[in-house]
Amino acid sequence: MDPFTTVTGRAAPLLLANIDTDVIIRVEHLTAPDQTVLGRYAFESLRYEADGSEKAGFVLNRPDFRGAPILLAGANFGCGSSREGAVTAIQQMGIRSVIAPSFGDIFYGNCFQNGLLPIRLPENVIAELAAAPLLSVDLARQAVIAGNAVHPFEIDPRRREALLEGLDDIGLTLKQMAAIRDFQSHDRVARPWVWTPVALNGTTS
Amino acid sequence: MPTLIDKIWAAHGVRDLGDGWALLHIDRTLVHDLIGSMVEQFADSGRTLADPDLVFATPDHAVSSAPGRTATTYPLGGRLHGALKEACAKLGVRFFDIGQEGQGIVHVMGPELGLVLPGTTVICCDSHTCTNGALGALAFGVGSTEMVHALATSTLRMRKPKQMRLTLDGVLGQGVTAKDVILHIIGTLGASAGVEHLVEYAGSAVRDMEVEARLTLCNLSVELGARSGIVAPDEKAIAYLRGRRYAPAGAQFEQAGAYWRSLFSDDDAVFDREEAIDVAAVAPTVTWGTSPEDAIAVNGVIPGPDASKDAAKQRSIAAALDYMGLEAGRPIAGTPIDRVFIGSCTNSRISDLRAAAAIARGRRVAPNVSAWVVPGSVAVKRAAEAEGLDQVFLDAGFEWREPGCSMCVAANGEQAGPGVRVVSTSNRNFVGRQGPGTRTHLASPAMAAAAAVAGAIIDVRSL
Ligand code: SF4
Repeated sequence: MDPFTTVTGRAAPLLLANIDTDVIIRVEHLTAPDQTVLGRYAFESLRYEADGSEKAGFVLNRPDFRGAPILLAGANFGCGSSREGAVTAIQQMGIRSVIAPSFGDIFYGNCFQNGLLPIRLPENVIAELAAAPLLSVDLARQAVIAGNAVHPFEIDPRRREALLEGLDDIGLTLKQMAAIRDFQSHDRVARPWVWTPVALNGTTS
Repeated sequence: MPTLIDKIWAAHGVRDLGDGWALLHIDRTLVHDLIGSMVEQFADSGRTLADPDLVFATPDHAVSSAPGRTATTYPLGGRLHGALKEACAKLGVRFFDIGQEGQGIVHVMGPELGLVLPGTTVICCDSHTCTNGALGALAFGVGSTEMVHALATSTLRMRKPKQMRLTLDGVLGQGVTAKDVILHIIGTLGASAGVEHLVEYAGSAVRDMEVEARLTLCNLSVELGARSGIVAPDEKAIAYLRGRRYAPAGAQFEQAGAYWRSLFSDDDAVFDREEAIDVAAVAPTVTWGTSPEDAIAVNGVIPGPDASKDAAKQRSIAAALDYMGLEAGRPIAGTPIDRVFIGSCTNSRISDLRAAAAIARGRRVAPNVSAWVVPGSVAVKRAAEAEGLDQVFLDAGFEWREPGCSMCVAANGEQAGPGVRVVSTSNRNFVGRQGPGTRTHLASPAMAAAAAVAGAIIDVRSL
C-alpha cells in the first residue's frame, strides 16, 4: 500500500445520505475478470443514463469536478456490503479521500486497507467545505484546510500511522505467529469443542 | 461487570497491541464464491493457510437458482466456482459443493452445520455475517484484505467497537415476525444508528423467539449500521445445536454447554448506548424507499421529504420516491407489484418457507405476477420437500428453485428489469440491488406470499 500524506484539489459534493455500496459499485462488476476498470462503473446509477450516456447533472460528471481527488458525502456513506471493490472503484476514479459525517463500518475499515482516507466531520463543516474552491487534506496535521479555515479531524492513531507509512498488517502479524500458536495450544485445552469437530474436516463428506 | 461481548472478546485476545487494539483469534472463516478469485490468488501466491481446519467454503452468490442448474449454468459464476473449488482443494479447505448437503447461502449453512458455536469468533467476506450472532457468536463481515489476513494468521487486528443494547419487550401481534420487528427498529432508529457499534439484542421478546427468528433479527444488524448483532446463548440455542454435524458431541457437548451458559451480560454491565422497543406496537412492516430505514407499517402512508429535518435525508427521500415511482401521502397497501422473491440469508430457512406456504396453500399467484421461492440451502430444500411445501408452492403457481442468494443481490444474473416492482424477503432495497432500475420492497415471507396472491402490497392480516 502506498503511503498517504497530503492531498490538495477540488472537493466534489455528493451530499446524499446512505450512499450504499451497491450504488458505489454494482455486484456484477465484481464477478468480471478485469478488476482494474471498476472506476468506470463507480456510482453507475447516479452517473449514467440507461443508454450509457453521462447524466449532465451528476456532480462528478461536471467539468469542474471531474477527476476531483476529494469527495464530500452525506451520513452513512458506504453502508451495505463488505465488497472492497467499493473502495477500489472510488480510488480508480482518482478520489483519495472521502469526507462524510459517518461511514458504514466495514467500508470505513476497507478504506484504510487500501489507502483511501475516510474523514468524519460534522454536516455543517462539510457544508462549509462544499463552498470552498480548493481543499487540502493533511493527514500528518490531522486537518482539512480550506483557505484560512483549519478543520481538525479525529482518527485512530494506529490507523493514521499505518496510512502515513503504508504499513502491511499481514507482514506485521506473521511475526506474531509464535504467540498465535501458543494461544491456540492453550485454547485447545480450554475450549476443546471449538477444535475437535473441525479436526474431522477433511474426512467428513 | 462484563458484557457478553466483553467476555467473548477477552477469550480471544492473543495479544494486546496497545491503543485499544487487540490481535483477536478467529475461530471460523467462512468463504463464498464471490471471493473465489481472491482465494485462488491466495493459493497461487504461495502463502500458507494458518489453519485449514477452521475454514469452510460454499458457492452461493453467483450460482444459478434455476431448477436443474449446474455450476456453469451462469457462466461468470462458473468461473468463480471453479476458482474457489480448485483453491480449496489446494489449500485443504472443506468445500460444500452444489448438490451436497451443506451447500447453501453461507449464513444459512454455517448455523445449520453447527459450524457456528456460541462464544466463537466467525468472519466471512460478507456484511451479513452478523446473522450468526443469533447463536451467541461474535460474527462480523470483513473486506477481502482482512480476509487474507485471517486466512494467513487465524487472527485479525481489531479495535473493540462500542456496544449498544437493544432491549425488545412485549409480545408480537398476529402476523408480525422477527423481520417486521427489525425493519421497524431500523425505521425508528435509522440506518446509521448502529455505526461503530456491536448490538446485543436482549429482552423477553428476544428470549421468546426461536433461533431461526433470531437469525433473521441479527441478519439486519448491518442494515442498522452495526458491525454485528448478538443474542446471549440460552437453552433454545443449545438445543438447536445438539446433534448438528460439526457441533461437538457427547460429553464434550455438555462441557461446551456449561461454558455457553456463562455467556451473558452481567446485571451491572454498562453499554455505550441503550435503546428499548415495545414489539407489541409493531405491525407487519414493509419498505417504500431505497434504504432499509424507509420502513413503515403496511397500513401506513408513504412519507415525503418533509418527514425529515435533515437536508441530506430530504434529498434522499425525494430521490427514493422518484426511483420507486411512488407518491408521498398515499397508502403503501394496494401498490401493484410484478414479482415476488422469497429467499436470501434473511428469510430462507424452513420456518420462513412454512410461513409463506401457510399463505400460499389453497391460493393462486395473481396473474402477471411471477413469484420465486429459493430455499437457503440444500438441507432446507430437502426438509421442505419432505413436508410437501414444494408442492404447496407449485400448486399455487410459485417457482420452486435451487439454493443460493439468487435475486437478493442478482450476482448470478437473476435480475428483475428496470421499473419492475418486487416484494422481496431479503435485506436490501438499495438502488439497483435486484437489477438496474428495479424497485424493491422488503417484507416478511408471509407478507411476500400475500403480495404474490393479491398482486399488490397487502396487509397479511386481511387475508
Ligand atoms: S442472500 Fe443476499 S445478503 Fe445474504 S449473503 Fe447472499 S447476497 Fe448477501
